[in-house]
Amino acid sequence: MDNSNDIKQTQNIVCTKPRLMNDNHMHYCPGCSHGVVHRLIAEIIEEMGAENITIGIAPVGCAVFAYNYIDIDWIEAAHGRAPAVATAAKRLNPDRLVFTYQGDGDLAAIGTAETIHAANRGENIAIIFINNGIYGMTGGQMAPTTLEGMTTSTTPYGRRVDLNGYPLKITELLAQLPGTCYVTRQSVHTPAAVRKAKAAIRKAFENSMASRGTSVVEIVSTCSSGWKMTPVKANRWMVDNMFEAYPPGDLKNETR
Amino acid sequence: MAKAKGAVDINTERCKGCELCVVACPCAVLALQPKEVNNRGYHFAFVDNPQACIGCAACATVCPDGCITVYRMVSTSDL
Repeated sequence: MDNSNDIKQTQNIVCTKPRLMNDNHMHYCPGCSHGVVHRLIAEIIEEMGAENITIGIAPVGCAVFAYNYIDIDWIEAAHGRAPAVATAAKRLNPDRLVFTYQGDGDLAAIGTAETIHAANRGENIAIIFINNGIYGMTGGQMAPTTLEGMTTSTTPYGRRVDLNGYPLKITELLAQLPGTCYVTRQSVHTPAAVRKAKAAIRKAFENSMASRGTSVVEIVSTCSSGWKMTPVKANRWMVDNMFEAYPPGDLKNETR
Repeated sequence: MAKAKGAVDINTERCKGCELCVVACPCAVLALQPKEVNNRGYHFAFVDNPQACIGCAACATVCPDGCITVYRMVSTSDL
């Protein structure tokens, strides 16, 4: 049989850690979807050759340390204000690739106004929206995107719509606005889903460079710590429960 | 018949033992260390059945920490 050392040659590599992702140990919990999306972003920027012209806007939330892991230029925005910062960055540097990377607490709660108005103005930015239905960093509290009946640390008996309202489908809201050109919802729980998510993020980045309007890529994610499950079980729970309220697929695609 | 043969390298110190690669692998190549842990105390993934690997890169695609490097070689001779 073949010796594995014969196979382990540089020319035979089909998949490895992208060059832009550095060796810092990521603080994310085991199995966190953030890691996959970070890797996809690093891969895409590397493939586009855009590492010197990319400005990422980091949110407040678990991804607040994104600048530690991907070697591009980052701006750390105040909580929820990433689309506003991205607006300025892109307007002042129209030749740059500007994207925001936000969680659901950042984008859909405190930053709802900034998000909606940036999308409504049709700013040429890409918004990567990680939706795990929970405030992961602060201990798993209820977020606007929390599912009905979902148990969190602030809704220990499940989210009640008469008390807490309905899950906020902000991606559907953004798809209504004429300023957005590409609105999609993806996930990263299987290899096929990861490849589709990568294509979606790449398209969003290309839209930003081609000044076609705002692109929104929602990634339905897991929070194994916040949901109090193993990563494998969290992925299964996401497919069974999250996809009902947040079905994956393109909501709007006006890029020609 | 062309036959794909793969090999997997795992950065065990970066691995957090989330098991997503073990589940994603279609050929049951990977497993988590049952007892041994890395410097951070995680039961890291290891190559349990190297002969079965076809180099499909499913493990590396779902790995949240980019620990996995996948090699692939297609041989035309049927060994």
